Amino acid sequence: MRPADHTAARAVPELDEEEASRACAHRLERLGKWTLPLLVLALTIVLWDRICVWNDIPQYILPRPGLVAYTLWHDAPVLFPALLVTLRTTALALLVAVVGGVGLAVLFTQSKLVEMSFYPYAVILQVTPIVAIAPLIFIYIQSKLVGMLLCAWVVAFFPVLSNTTLGLDSADHNLRDLFSIYGASRWQRLRYLQLPSALPYFLGGLRIAGGLALIGAVVAEYVAGTGGVGSGLAFTILESSYRLNIPRVFAALILIASTGVAIFMALSLLSHLLLRKWHESAVKRET
Amino acid sequence: MTLQDARATVGAATASTVPLLSLAEVSKVFNGELVALEGMALDLFEGDFVSLLGPSGCGKSTALRLIAGLSHPTSGRIAWGGGQGAGDLGVVFQEPTLMPWATVDHNVWLPWRLRGRGFAQMKDQVTEALALVGLEKFARSYPRELSGGMKMRVSIARALVTHPRLILMDEPFAALDEITRHKLNTDLLELRAKIGCTIIFVTHSVFESVFLSSRVVVMAARPGRVIRELAVDAPYPRGEEFRTSSEYAAHCRAASLALHDAIGENA
Repeated sequence: MRPADHTAARAVPELDEEEASRACAHRLERLGKWTLPLLVLALTIVLWDRICVWNDIPQYILPRPGLVAYTLWHDAPVLFPALLVTLRTTALALLVAVVGGVGLAVLFTQSKLVEMSFYPYAVILQVTPIVAIAPLIFIYIQSKLVGMLLCAWVVAFFPVLSNTTLGLDSADHNLRDLFSIYGASRWQRLRYLQLPSALPYFLGGLRIAGGLALIGAVVAEYVAGTGGVGSGLAFTILESSYRLNIPRVFAALILIASTGVAIFMALSLLSHLLLRKWHESAVKRET
Repeated sequence: MTLQDARATVGAATASTVPLLSLAEVSKVFNGELVALEGMALDLFEGDFVSLLGPSGCGKSTALRLIAGLSHPTSGRIAWGGGQGAGDLGVVFQEPTLMPWATVDHNVWLPWRLRGRGFAQMKDQVTEALALVGLEKFARSYPRELSGGMKMRVSIARALVTHPRLILMDEPFAALDEITRHKLNTDLLELRAKIGCTIIFVTHSVFESVFLSSRVVVMAARPGRVIRELAVDAPYPRGEEFRTSSEYAAHCRAASLALHDAIGENA
């Protein structure tokens, strides 16, 4: 057989049945990842609307989705400044949670005595409901902003602390030995080994903390009950419910939920960007 | 000094009668009851390739950790030639032990980085070490992009990059398939011929120890101790001819019998 014929005879085979079915499943999965949640959302909105119509529910009990969308648009001058206030508190709380959580985690891994002394209290702080602590915080702290930040921090810092501590302690033991053999200082060990090892753990904690910081900020706003200029979405919900302006309550609720989703997605993107080149959780695989 | 220069230095020193490293009656007891190593004596000279061969629990890795300074002997003495400390050591573990977040060249740079040397300053040495293991084209790759054998080569390049006096290898090829293992054994000897380093090699494999070493130290377990030392006097370079020779078979037979005795003493 001539070489040309030989090549022709060995043409790339078509996909076998198993491979074709796998490729099809993969395409469907990619399509479904976005379309299915949107479909569920559309069905829920339709069902919500129909329930309102069929049961003739008044708008001050359960407004129809169209009215909520209209309120979102119409009351934007009230809702969006409030959203910015809540966002500011959330972002600041998350920042403090990251600095505090990572700082404490580093301190814990540098000294077992410090960890043994303080870790139980970090756990106690985490498991005590924030709504129980918040009133006390606002009694002792005069500044509403500082009080709200403290509330949001108490809720958000623990996942960062817990995950980062775990990550810092999870560095490969052979690499630890290697660093010892090469005479690495404590700082070098932390910077070149422990912190990179902890990065995936920290980012996992950060994603949880992002949502918790928002919850902490909302709870703090409820408890603080700040009014007038500079009040956030929680206060808007509280005030609107007193006035039986339920469409605005729903509109504010939608903004809070959307903000939570946006924070989660932004932190997931950050995590992907930082880990995509080397960590199993972010690396794309052929199969 | 380049790695090739290091070879010349080691070559000149090979004739030295002062051991590079001397273990005198070294013992290690854990928790006051588990005798991991008992009365180990070993003299290692420049240019030696010594394999520690024995069953699990015979103290091979403990001996390596003591030499590396990761642990201290309960009794006995570890002395370095010229009265210096361990100084430069290269270490290769059973796993490649690479930093997954760093590229191959940054992994190899690590020993220098920990001594405060910048990457730009040490780039030539890093490239040279990678070239010695045939991976200069993969300098910018991440470890996850490499095969098991390639990762182990990176690990070897990292051990070589500082031109260490001694390289400690703790079952470096144990987790690899037989074909890759054969290839890396041959490559390791070629590498040693180029740079003339001194190596202590821990292994479970009789065949590997005989193929690579100038001396095979057979150890027994519970308590870990040296029971025999065999000289493999076949000249280097060694390749497939040696691997298929009757001389190799005879050395393997002797080492197997010694290992059998070592296991028998614990049975």
